[in-house]
Amino acid sequence: MKLYRFIIEFLQIAILLGVAPAFTGWVRMLKCWSQGRTSAGIFQPYRDLLKLFSKDVLLADNASWIFRFTPYLVFGTAVLAGGVIPMLSLDLPIASTADVIVLVALFAIARFFTALAGMDIGTAFGGMGSSREMTIASLAEPAMLMAIFTVSLASKSTSLSQMVHVIYSGQIVLRPSIAFSLFAFVLIALAETGRIPVDNPATHLELTMIHEAMILEYSGRHLALIEWAGMMKLFLFVMLGVAAFAPWGIAESGDLVTISAAFIFMILKLVIVGIVLVMIETGLAKMRIFRLTEFLGSAFLLATLGMLSYFILE
Amino acid sequence: MILSPINIISSSVLLLLLFVLVVPLLKSRQRLLINTSFMLSSLASLLGIIGGVWAVGGGITNKLILPIGLPDLPFHLRVDPLAGFFITVICLLSFFVSLYSIGYIKGYLGRRPVTSLVIFYCLFLAGMVMVVLADDALFFLISWEVMAAASYFLVMFEDERIENRRAAFLYIIVAHVGAIAILLSFGIMAGLATGFESFNGYTFDAMRQAEFPLKWATAAFLLAFFGFAAKAGVIPLHVWLPEAHPVAPSNVSALMSGVMLKTAIYGIVRVTFDLIGVFPWWWGAIVLIFGLISAVMGVLYALMQNDLKKLLAYSSVENIGIILIGIGLSMIFKPFNIPLLSALALIAGLYHAMNHAMFKGLLFMGAGSVLHATNERNMEEMGGLIHRMPWTAALFLIGCVSISALPPFNGFVSEWLTFQAFLLSPAMPSPFFKLLIPLGAALVALTGALAAACFVRAFGVTFLGHWRGAHMPRVHEADWFMRSGMILAALSCLLLGILPTFFIDWMDIIAQQLVGTKIGASSGVYGWLWLTPVARESASYSGMIVFLGILLVVVAVYFILHVKPGGIRRVPIWDCGFGKLDQRMQYSATSFSMPIRRIFGFLFNIREQVKLNPRGVHKAFPKRLNYYLRVRDRFWNWLFKPVIEFSFWVSRKVGLLQQGRIQAYLIYSFITIIVLLALSR
Repeated sequence: MKLYRFIIEFLQIAILLGVAPAFTGWVRMLKCWSQGRTSAGIFQPYRDLLKLFSKDVLLADNASWIFRFTPYLVFGTAVLAGGVIPMLSLDLPIASTADVIVLVALFAIARFFTALAGMDIGTAFGGMGSSREMTIASLAEPAMLMAIFTVSLASKSTSLSQMVHVIYSGQIVLRPSIAFSLFAFVLIALAETGRIPVDNPATHLELTMIHEAMILEYSGRHLALIEWAGMMKLFLFVMLGVAAFAPWGIAESGDLVTISAAFIFMILKLVIVGIVLVMIETGLAKMRIFRLTEFLGSAFLLATLGMLSYFILE
Repeated sequence: MILSPINIISSSVLLLLLFVLVVPLLKSRQRLLINTSFMLSSLASLLGIIGGVWAVGGGITNKLILPIGLPDLPFHLRVDPLAGFFITVICLLSFFVSLYSIGYIKGYLGRRPVTSLVIFYCLFLAGMVMVVLADDALFFLISWEVMAAASYFLVMFEDERIENRRAAFLYIIVAHVGAIAILLSFGIMAGLATGFESFNGYTFDAMRQAEFPLKWATAAFLLAFFGFAAKAGVIPLHVWLPEAHPVAPSNVSALMSGVMLKTAIYGIVRVTFDLIGVFPWWWGAIVLIFGLISAVMGVLYALMQNDLKKLLAYSSVENIGIILIGIGLSMIFKPFNIPLLSALALIAGLYHAMNHAMFKGLLFMGAGSVLHATNERNMEEMGGLIHRMPWTAALFLIGCVSISALPPFNGFVSEWLTFQAFLLSPAMPSPFFKLLIPLGAALVALTGALAAACFVRAFGVTFLGHWRGAHMPRVHEADWFMRSGMILAALSCLLLGILPTFFIDWMDIIAQQLVGTKIGASSGVYGWLWLTPVARESASYSGMIVFLGILLVVVAVYFILHVKPGGIRRVPIWDCGFGKLDQRMQYSATSFSMPIRRIFGFLFNIREQVKLNPRGVHKAFPKRLNYYLRVRDRFWNWLFKPVIEFSFWVSRKVGLLQQGRIQAYLIYSFITIIVLLALSR
């Protein structure tokens, strides 16, 4: 039985590694269609990764070990986060390692080191990206915590599996506090995964890029790891949002039928979230960086309002 | 019993005090003086650690009465788990810093005599331990003054620089204003404990047994909180801290920021939980609010600093704020009779006190190594040091990661515990409280995220990229003594992060004694690997598994990708084809914090000027552009300047009495006598 739980765990991580590029491919494909372009297909991200893995690494002369270590660390935190968020089953052996606060902090480690790697080479773009990324994160991260805290207040737990359990048992009905935090979560997820209107993943325009500016100097397998981790991050944010706000379908017990049902549910949700994401992205324009304050500030305010309304109304 | 915690700790203090008498004999042999003195102080610290760990681990309370001091007013000493905990923290960091100092202080050899530094360093260590040992108001205040005076002279050590003299002066004034408040607070409690007829009220025992009326207890608390807050650098009483801490020698800065501030935390906990004992919940709200303000403002000010040590000093303000948040929450929950949450919040605060001592000590030691190697404190002139100082850089990075509250290091554990205390708090009947809890949690989250930005900036600008200054000096790596001090501190950061259950079980007895329950009772069930402060369902965290998990994936991926060798080529930086990339084009500390300065600019006093120098072919093609930026603390103008101006005004008015003629003074005396006679009739 114990072994079985570990198999589920590994299955989940394998799905994370395997499906994340496909999800990114799906979003890109939809985007192409919505903008009247021909798409490269859902599997293009795999081909990109393969190409990058087979290429040599070009390393700037003064790159230090931090620059070389960061891709591995970013990848490692993403995989660990994937082992903790319930995607298929709630009964994960390492789920108790980390609750939502730790999850947010895991993403923060990746960001911390990516920002350092951006400054390592000593070009203007890297520093610019780091500075912007940390600024955005300093507003987005607390907002993210507050949004999830509201849900965990309602379920009296910060452990994700436990939160899903409580939602299943029907103790959480739609409350104003949850609505606030869901809205805040969507805004922050856009910011944290570097989507429009905060950052544009498809551009390398100097003045507007944020995440791309930090990783501008990466190449070869380093870049492949970072890109892959980025895709996993997008995937994980979807899974995190699903687990916190719409967990229906995730298996409570671990038999094969419910697990495969959970997998189908997961794919369905991914398809839907992809459509919504593309609708948001094509409907909005990228914001100026100093307009982001209002965007993120309102997300932070909404999340705090959600928690306030929990304390005052309930 | 000869061998007991209190005997070990007092012998360590005695060792330091006796050594001070020997120092003048070694005056002419500076190198020997440095070696012996810091070896000895690390030995004394080791003794203190043993005593402190023992006192907490065994839950032992020892007392000692020394028949010295004023006649009939002997000194009372006492070690209980709370004192033992703070002694452990103080001595642990002083042990690391003493090792570090052996290497660091040698940098002064041939430049200036270090005899005074050694004397006051030993007195300073002894003073800090004595403060925590004290069990009566008299001995407490004497030790408090020893500590303050010794640190004053340490701040003054390089007294040829005007900023040092100014900082030391400001420091000693604020320290004494605080000391007066503490004295008055003890006066109130002593007076109420036994009345003003008996002198025995000055012992802490008498204060513990007394029951204070709320009015007077509040007065005593507010005075004590003011006094200790001034010492701890709580905003708005913090302005001395970022002046005084950076200008002291770096080993002293490490101790001042790392542990001297903790004695003030100790004072707050001792006075409220132990001496007064029963208090209303809004005292906790006061502590919590000041903690929140200090945390957020402290880190924002830190983000604006270009001086590496000043940045660290402001970050101490932030961390003191986080400690006070834990303690304030605990003080809120205790009167509401929720002992488990109160214990959780208290442990969170104390754990952060220990963590902060470790990582702030480490960071100041790292900054000291940089200063030692480059003679530079301004980050705008630094860069690329990771290539010249790999050890210092890696250790400083560990400090940065710890202080930014990232797992698996220690800062995260205390932040996590603080969040748990916030999230588990039930809905209280007071609307104000309902508002305070969510806002508090939001501000703690904001602080953590800003701290990460602050330390990416500090590490990135100092150690990464290229050297920014005009010409790079001959930079050398720190020697092995300095390295060993930093390595030990870094190791404790990691251990406190991945094995928190052991340390929390060890210090749980403090919560048991102060608020009446342990938190470890539930954490034991689920195994030492997981930190589960309340219940397994509600929250769990395993720093160890996070650490090993990340390590495992990183190593596995690394080896998978390195099956075939090679594949890395070193090439020049891509310069977009211009070929004129130079080190001035890098992002600097000022530019890094520019977005945050724009967002939170209203909190600072900012003056920004851009001047074009049009000397060139044409106005439209200026040759030079001068950028001028000054960021100031608003509190200086709001709070301190009016007080300073008022006191000068008062002294000028009083000065009018001074005539310089003997007749005038005789008239004053005459009038005074008449008035006194008239009044006393």
